[in-house]
Amino acid sequence: MTTSFSRREFLKGSLAAGGLTIVAMLTPAGVKLANASGTKGEVAGLQPFAYYVVTPENVVKVMVPSSEMGQGVRTTLPMIVADELEADWDKVQVLQAPAADAFKSPILHMQMTVASASTRGWYMPLRKAGAAGRAMLTEAAAKKWNVPVSECKAEKGAVRHAKSKKSMSYGELANDAAKLPVPKDAPLKKETEFRYMGKYMPRVDIPEKVSGKAVFGYDVNLPDLHYAVLARPPAYGAKPESFDEKAAMAIDGVAKVVPTPFGVAVCAKSLYAAQKGRDALNVKWGPGSNPDLDTASLEKNLRDLLGKPGVNAFTRGDPKKALGEAKKVFEAEYYIPCIAHATMEPMDFTAHVQKDRCDLWGPTQAQTITQGVAAKVSGLPPDKIFINTTLLGCGLGRRARPEFAIEAIIASKALGKPVKVLYSREEDIKHDFFRAPMTHRIKAGLDDKGNLTAWDHKTASISISKGMGMPLKNGVDGYLLWGLVDSDKSPYRCPMAYTIPNYSVDLVLSDLPVPVQPWRSVQNAPNAFATESFMDELAHLAGKDPLEFRLQVLKDNERASRVLKTLAQKSNWGKPLPKGRGRGVAQHYCFGTSIAEVVELSVEKDGTIKVHRVDAAVDCGPVVNPDALIAQIEGAVTMALSTALFEEVQFAKGGVASDNFGDYRIIRMSEVPEINVYMIENNDPAIIGGIGEPGVTPLAPAVANAVFNATGKRVRRMPVKL
Amino acid sequence: MISINVNGKDYSVDVPKDTPLLWVIRDALKLTGTKYGCGIGECGSCTVHIDGKAQRSCTIPVGDVNGAKITTIEGLSEDHPVKKAWIQEQVVQCGYCQPGIIMEVASLMAEGPKPDADKIIGTLDDVICRCGTHHRIKKGVKKAVEIMGKEGR
Repeated sequence: MTTSFSRREFLKGSLAAGGLTIVAMLTPAGVKLANASGTKGEVAGLQPFAYYVVTPENVVKVMVPSSEMGQGVRTTLPMIVADELEADWDKVQVLQAPAADAFKSPILHMQMTVASASTRGWYMPLRKAGAAGRAMLTEAAAKKWNVPVSECKAEKGAVRHAKSKKSMSYGELANDAAKLPVPKDAPLKKETEFRYMGKYMPRVDIPEKVSGKAVFGYDVNLPDLHYAVLARPPAYGAKPESFDEKAAMAIDGVAKVVPTPFGVAVCAKSLYAAQKGRDALNVKWGPGSNPDLDTASLEKNLRDLLGKPGVNAFTRGDPKKALGEAKKVFEAEYYIPCIAHATMEPMDFTAHVQKDRCDLWGPTQAQTITQGVAAKVSGLPPDKIFINTTLLGCGLGRRARPEFAIEAIIASKALGKPVKVLYSREEDIKHDFFRAPMTHRIKAGLDDKGNLTAWDHKTASISISKGMGMPLKNGVDGYLLWGLVDSDKSPYRCPMAYTIPNYSVDLVLSDLPVPVQPWRSVQNAPNAFATESFMDELAHLAGKDPLEFRLQVLKDNERASRVLKTLAQKSNWGKPLPKGRGRGVAQHYCFGTSIAEVVELSVEKDGTIKVHRVDAAVDCGPVVNPDALIAQIEGAVTMALSTALFEEVQFAKGGVASDNFGDYRIIRMSEVPEINVYMIENNDPAIIGGIGEPGVTPLAPAVANAVFNATGKRVRRMPVKL
Repeated sequence: MISINVNGKDYSVDVPKDTPLLWVIRDALKLTGTKYGCGIGECGSCTVHIDGKAQRSCTIPVGDVNGAKITTIEGLSEDHPVKKAWIQEQVVQCGYCQPGIIMEVASLMAEGPKPDADKIIGTLDDVICRCGTHHRIKKGVKKAVEIMGKEGR
């Protein structure tokens, strides 16, 4: 079982054993560090929680606030602490943090693992926390030996005094250091002094995953655990008209039938019994809200909306006027369908609701949201909700929703026992909150020198904010426009990479009931498919090389230019290819990271697209764990290639028709190309960007552009097919 | 009562004969390293060895394996070349599909006198990984074959 504690349990445990406990609290002025050793956890009215503890047994316990879903965060964040603390990595123990205010992301102000925000959010706070501990341990040693602090040096888990050749381990010094105040602005290391950051570090979660001992939400086991599965509506808005509770209860092992807002739950002693009980329910469903909804009508709805007036989300200059003055004008329309998250571990959650507490176990990306919702559903105060975050069998944004936790809470409350709700693959796909489908219509103008002077952009989609119960701002759903309209000063940092003198973006929202939710990069990837396909079309119109044309428009964007230039060199851009082969390029900026990819492919006689090679160059600022970064880009390229070539959710009769991996096609081994990743050196901590999501963004347009390069055919719809 | 031998241990389980082997392994025997991914034999997350051969436990009723010798990821030795290679090459991301893929690769490596990495990779179109670790699975297979050669297994 994943080790996690409630705040009190953690502090009690660590304080009872002594040692140095560095805690922190997120305040309006930023993260405030404090020394909680011997304070029973109460520091000046704050509600602190340990970031790390140096125990007298010489173990450094580091808390990880983020959810581990394969991005390696259980390694990356402790590396930052351990490096600045100058701890011995072999003595570091990694713990999954519970839900607590101190673990709210410093930039998102919620405990959530989204928006590629873990490393970029925690980088400086954790460096400062580590440096503070290093200073305190060093001072404790100097006092003990009665020598100047300047003569003492912290080195790999010990403080040494060269002159006297004395040395004490952090464990030996921990109780003395615990008596010292936390220094203000303890000096941080110089890059040349980094022991772990920027160097190869094997991930701490891999051995247990390889052995089969890792615990995902699906694997949670508790005494007297019951299993629940739900009969869910076949169409959006359909309600159960009748069901046969008696027949379900007659199945051996079935314990209770519980109606919920999401469907009818059957609780049983085994999963197999619960499934049989669900079959026996024989639910009669009423009609759905949109019986005519199918794959084609969804696309038609979003294409038609481009002809309707939208809300202006952003305008710079006067695009209409500039288009009138342009030498050449070009217009194109793009469609990006719904795609499923299809995480390998389907949705699940475990709840045990008791009179005075509610314990939850499961794979969540959203501890703060889950805690709040759980309090409402269970009727208990938020501080009686204890969340144990397990490993996540992939997240992709799907696990930032709370419904699966609510289902478990309702079932456990009704049954009075711990209950694990499990989705089948079919339920996972049919009841997904998909990546929002989109249409884009872009009209742009070039002057007589081929410069891009005007860009008038209209997009139609389904609101993500509404689905999250968040209000729109002046009718605009910001989530849909990442990569088109945002600022580098926002928490998300997804402005468009190009600064076009006359630029406007209008948004039209559909009222179709298809549930949508962020999907790795949110709409950065679909938006990039439109903008980067269109940039290629403009380059062609201007008679320029697509990569050169981008550099021309990016002339004021140093980071993106450097990324593209590096990529041009590494990918053999411009070198001749055999007949039938093509290369395509695309770039994108999101979550503070600049990335570009070149795809090399061939198109076979039957139209099959075979991708041979993908080169990716990325500038995310300082890199903590380079091998994990490369893995993220390799994985993102592969996943994005799956969406570029194969993925589209099918709808019929007002609901979802796709149901399993048999008809929802995911990329297979022989379709995965050679992938090369190049990291651009950039050590400016002020611009540190995220790495979990950006890799998916340029891939699909680079595929479409390479198809054009190989065949002369422009494909403006995903998945890219000829 | 159905008798099965899992990882060298004999078990008697009181479940309906048509219960998929996967749920017996996971829920009755509490060996949760074997994963559910699709329930239709498409993804390979549930792969175990039945009498030495890789099989999809989600589509096999437990009644059909009465008396068979079953090995799960927990029963594959910790120093198995595939497990070692997976750590050395840092193949894993979320890790949910990996036990099944490791079991499939381990079984393919045991076929024939000498394992051929390219041939093994060529048969892995029948597994699904959502994180996109394919690039590293290929490296992992090559490394596993190399380790096996060195260790003379």
